Amino acid sequence: MALLTVEHLRVSFRTEGGTVHAVDDVSFALQPGEVLGIVGESGSGKSVTAMTLLGLTRSPNATFSGRAVLEATAADPEVDLLAADERGLQHVRGKRVAMVFQDPMTALNPVHRVGDQIAEQVRAHSRVSRSAARDRAADLLRRVGIPRAAERARAYPHEFSGGMRQRVMIAMALSCDPQVLVADEPTTALDVTIQAQILAEIEDLRAETGVGVLLITHDLGVIAEVADRVVVMYAGRVVEQGGLRPIFTDPLHPYTWGLLGSVPRIDRDRPERLPTIGGTPPSLLAPPAGCHFKTRCPHRFGRCDEVPELRGADPADPGHSDRCWLDLAAKREKRVVDGAIGLPLRPTGAVR
Amino acid sequence: MLRFAIRRFAAAVGVLVAISILTFLIFEAIPNGNPALRLAGRTASPADIAAVERTYGFDKPIWVQYARTMKEVFTGSIQSYTQHVTVMSQIKRGLPATVSLAVGAAVIWLLVSVVLGLVAALRAGRALDTTITVVGFTGISAPSFVVGAVLLYLLAFKTHLFPNGGYVGPSTSIPSWLHHMLLPWISLAVLYIGIYSQVLRSTVVDTLSEDFVRTARAKGLSRRRILTGHVLRTSLIPLVSLFGLDFAGVVGGGAILVEDVFNLNGVGQYIAQSISSLDVPPILVGVLFGAIFVVLFSALVDVVYAALDPRIRLQA
Repeated sequence: MALLTVEHLRVSFRTEGGTVHAVDDVSFALQPGEVLGIVGESGSGKSVTAMTLLGLTRSPNATFSGRAVLEATAADPEVDLLAADERGLQHVRGKRVAMVFQDPMTALNPVHRVGDQIAEQVRAHSRVSRSAARDRAADLLRRVGIPRAAERARAYPHEFSGGMRQRVMIAMALSCDPQVLVADEPTTALDVTIQAQILAEIEDLRAETGVGVLLITHDLGVIAEVADRVVVMYAGRVVEQGGLRPIFTDPLHPYTWGLLGSVPRIDRDRPERLPTIGGTPPSLLAPPAGCHFKTRCPHRFGRCDEVPELRGADPADPGHSDRCWLDLAAKREKRVVDGAIGLPLRPTGAVR
Repeated sequence: MLRFAIRRFAAAVGVLVAISILTFLIFEAIPNGNPALRLAGRTASPADIAAVERTYGFDKPIWVQYARTMKEVFTGSIQSYTQHVTVMSQIKRGLPATVSLAVGAAVIWLLVSVVLGLVAALRAGRALDTTITVVGFTGISAPSFVVGAVLLYLLAFKTHLFPNGGYVGPSTSIPSWLHHMLLPWISLAVLYIGIYSQVLRSTVVDTLSEDFVRTARAKGLSRRRILTGHVLRTSLIPLVSLFGLDFAGVVGGGAILVEDVFNLNGVGQYIAQSISSLDVPPILVGVLFGAIFVVLFSALVDVVYAALDPRIRLQA
C-alpha cells in the first residue's frame, strides 16, 4: 500500500463572490522514499491540496470531500487526514506529516531562537527534557549543513540568510522523523544557487531517511531535477500524472504540452517573444463545464464539454494517465509544433 | 547599552528643562498671576505687597526667578505660595494613594484587556467580537469622572457597599485598602480597557494570519501553545509602548479626575487644587514629576522592546 493515498479530494471555499472550487477531484498516491512533484500554475490548487493534507485549510467556510489516507506505522495507526479531528491532526502534524513552506523569511517566528523553535516541535511530540530537545535541534541543524550548529541554534531568524532559514525549516520538518514531507515551493523564494543546494539537501534526506516527499512547485526545472513522478494540476484538477521521463518526453495532455513549450530553451534560437499558453486560467468561482482547459486549448472539439476521466492512455505505460478526450495517436501527432513539444500559437480549433 | 543609557539620560534632561521653562512661562503669562498678592494676604497694603515681592524676588528679571525656583525645586526646599509647607512634603504625602491607584488600575486594565482583546480576535466578526468592541468604545467614550461618579452614587451613596471615597493605606489594613481602592481602580481602568483591548484585538487578528503562525500549526503544537507562545508573544509588543506612557502618566499624577472624584488626596488631586489657586511651585514640581516618569518609562519601554523583539537593538 502507498504511504499516502489521496482519493477524490475536493476542497471548496465559500467567499463573498460565491463558492470557489479550489480542488476538484484530485487523486494520487505517494510511495515510500519517492519524490512526487506536483506542478501547476498559481491557482491550480496545488498548495491548497498540500495544506489540506495537514488540515491547515480548515475553516468554517471550507468544505472537503474524499479521502487522504496515511499508512499505519509500527507506532501509529492508519489515519484519514480529512476525517481526523483537530486533536488527531495535532498528532499527525509535524510528527507524521511535516511541511516546509515557500517563504522562509516569514515562516519562522522572529522573536524566538531557531533552536527553540525546533525544540518546541520535538517536545510537542515526545516526552523529552528541554535540554535533550535543544541538543536534538543542534544535531538537526548540523544535519542540514549549518556550520557551528550548537552556536547558531541560539541565533534568531533575522540573523540567518534565506537559504539558511530554509535549511532551518527543513531541519524542523525532519525533527520527528516524519513519514511524509510536504514541501510547498521550498525553493521559490531563494536564488538559483541556493535552490540547487536545498534541492540536493531534500534528495539526500530522502535517500537517507526514506521519507516520502510531496514537492509542490511551478518550476519544471525543479521537477526535472528531483522528482520521480509528476502530477500536473490545472484549475483544481489533476490533468496528467506519470513518471518523470514520460511526462517530459511523452506528455499526453495539451496543458502539459503548453507548459513544456513555454520553457525557454538554451539549445535553440531565442524567439522574439517567449512562448506562452494563450488566455488565462478560468475562474474557479464558475469553472467551465467539461474539461477545464478547453477555453485555452487549440485542440478542443465537441467532446470537451464532458468532464474527461483521469485514465491511462498507453497500455505500455500503465502509470501514466491524463484527462483529455483526444486519442493517443492524435495526441502524439498534435503535440509537435515546429519540431518540439508545444501548443500552436494561434488556436487551430473553433475558439471564440 | 551604556551609550544608549547615557544618550537617553541626556535627552531626558533636555526634555525636563524645556518642560520646566514652558510651565514657568505659562504661569508667568497668566493675568492676575502675581503670587505676591496671595502671599501678602487679603488685606495687604501696596507696601506689604512690594515687601513680599522683594523677599521672594518677584521684582527680579524672569530668568533670575526661574533659576532661583529651579534651585529650590532641586534642593527640595520649594514652598507653596498659598500654604506654608514644602511642596515635597505634600507630594510625598499624596504619593502612596497615587501609586496604589496606578498599580491597581494597571493590573486590572492589563488583565481584562488582554482577555477581551484575545477573545474578540479569536471570534473576529462574530457577535461576541462586536459586543466587546461596542463595550470597549463605550469605555473609551465614558469620561472616568462620570464612571466614578456613577459608581459612587450607586455603590457607595445608594447601597453603602463601598466607602464614599477617601484613602486608607495598605499598611493600615489591606482589606480596607482594597475596599477603598476598588471603585477608583475600576473607574480609571475602564478607559484603558477600551483602548488596549481594541489595540490587542487588531494586532492579534493580524498576527493570526502570519506565516509563522501557520508554521506553528503545521508543527503540531496545541492551540494554547500557539496562542501563548506565538500569537500573544508578538501581539503584546505594541501594548508595551502604550502601557509605558499611560502608566507613567497615571503614576505622575495624571489621574487627576479619578483622584478628585474619590477624594484620594493623591498627587493628582494636590496638583488640581494648586492649579485652581494658581499656586505655581506645586504645579511646576507636579509637571516635572510627571515628565520624569514619562521619560523614565519610555526609556524602560525601549529596553523591554529590545528584550521582546530581538530584531530591535538598542543603539545610541
